[in-house]
Amino acid sequence: MKLVGIAGSNVGSKTRTAMDYTLKIAREKYPQADITLLDLAEYDMAFSDGRNYWEYDGDTKYVTETIMDADALIIGTPTFQASIPATLKNIFDLLPVNAFRDKVVSMVVTAGTAKHYLMAEQQLKPILAYMKAHIVPTYVFIEEKDYLRREIVNDDVLFRMERLVEDTVLLVDAYSQIREKKDAEYDF
Amino acid sequence: MEQFRIAKNKGVEFGLYSIGDHLFNPHTGIKISAQQRIQELVDASKLADEAGLDVFAVGESHQTYFTTQAHTVILGAIAQATNQIKIASSATVLSTSDPVRVYEDFATIDLLSNGRAEIVAGRGSRIGAYSLLGYDVRDYEELFEEKMDLLLKLNKEEAVSWEGQFRAALKNASIYPQPLNGHLPIWRAVGGPPASAIKAGHAGVPMMLTTLGGPAINFKVSVDAYREAAEQNGFDSSNLPIATTSLFYTAEDSKDALREYYPHINSGMQALRGGGYPKQQFAQSVDYRDALMVGSPQQIVEKMLYQYELYGHQRFMAQIDFGGVPFDKIAKNIELIATKIMPEIKKHTAQD
Repeated sequence: MKLVGIAGSNVGSKTRTAMDYTLKIAREKYPQADITLLDLAEYDMAFSDGRNYWEYDGDTKYVTETIMDADALIIGTPTFQASIPATLKNIFDLLPVNAFRDKVVSMVVTAGTAKHYLMAEQQLKPILAYMKAHIVPTYVFIEEKDYLRREIVNDDVLFRMERLVEDTVLLVDAYSQIREKKDAEYDF
Repeated sequence: MEQFRIAKNKGVEFGLYSIGDHLFNPHTGIKISAQQRIQELVDASKLADEAGLDVFAVGESHQTYFTTQAHTVILGAIAQATNQIKIASSATVLSTSDPVRVYEDFATIDLLSNGRAEIVAGRGSRIGAYSLLGYDVRDYEELFEEKMDLLLKLNKEEAVSWEGQFRAALKNASIYPQPLNGHLPIWRAVGGPPASAIKAGHAGVPMMLTTLGGPAINFKVSVDAYREAAEQNGFDSSNLPIATTSLFYTAEDSKDALREYYPHINSGMQALRGGGYPKQQFAQSVDYRDALMVGSPQQIVEKMLYQYELYGHQRFMAQIDFGGVPFDKIAKNIELIATKIMPEIKKHTAQD
């Protein structure tokens, strides 16, 4: 199973820290899984200009192809102006409409205040649904006060992360079984 | 219809087209050479001609996985290899070409083929041609509309004076050679949605509409919009032909058709669009209401007659070589089209 984590902004540290925690849990629980982190701060991404994703070169090609090759994505996003950052939206714009078909996608959301709790519901989930993702319904929401410097100090967040990782992997298995069962009905 | 060389008493025309995609055959993992791919297109045109099919068309895409960039050169070879069949493009990316050169090329093919050439002009659904040939894809819309106007003018007038943004002006210019009978049928290639269909109707230009799968009835919106736009602009829509196009695969047995074709459509879509064809969707496509032309000859006939009721179109174009379908299967498809499908279609659609 290929699991790709995305840290969706090119500034700040909270989302990256949350993704490091999340993927550490994933690596411990599922040592056989192929796990990659894409921190968008580390890549020089082109703005989407209408080309197919594989026609870009350099970082843009690497990042989009890595995402398209995944069975599951854990998307980490901060909250900018009550929405996702442009860096993350650009990733979606670079990919084809049905990019997330047969992929499980879960979310880790950071924000300065709990008032942004529904941002993922209103901003991120509709995009993922449009792109045909199997969305893990619950997400981990982490706010400013859950961090102390670069550590997460709220045990509830840590337990939630563990459940998010488990749910993500479980759904990959469940959906691939569903797909196999469905495909077996067809004679082609 | 006569000016577009369509005879109602012969029923719906059946044609073949290729976009010249050059992909491996997923059953064998083998990718033939570009030379063989091009030669086999000419060979397929001969078989189609001998079998009595109505049209053979080749299109251009200027990027990886394609071989027919120089589609007019290939159509020239096809003009020499065939006797009766109409020869068209599918499509000519007019936006990145000079309409004068396009007209010269097709007038020449018309002479070589004794009056069988047609132009199908489109904007290109793949954008490789723009950067390669030095055009800005931001001018996508304007490039096409301006060049289409010029192309139609070249077809209508003997001495052409014209001015535009993307090409040097013409002053009393004459184009040589002229087509055999002075004019060529010129179609507009239209994607699914109605916006471009309305433009075709507005200009009174025949429309070739892609119906690449999904419910056939969804495309009726574009057909209706086309005819309405034509009428509103003073054209008699009953004199304007409509063609539809679809991916196509048939085998004697419906199950064989699905089993043989699925890997081609799946890996072809994966290569060209970055996502495969879901099995669930493919399983639905044998239903007569779905536009994707896959199934037994009987199922294809049923689909085509249903669509004829919906659209009242004059021509159907089948793409039978998508995703590395090998030549022996292409030949088999042509045989089934000629012996089992076309006779039924013609019988039910020929008008007195």
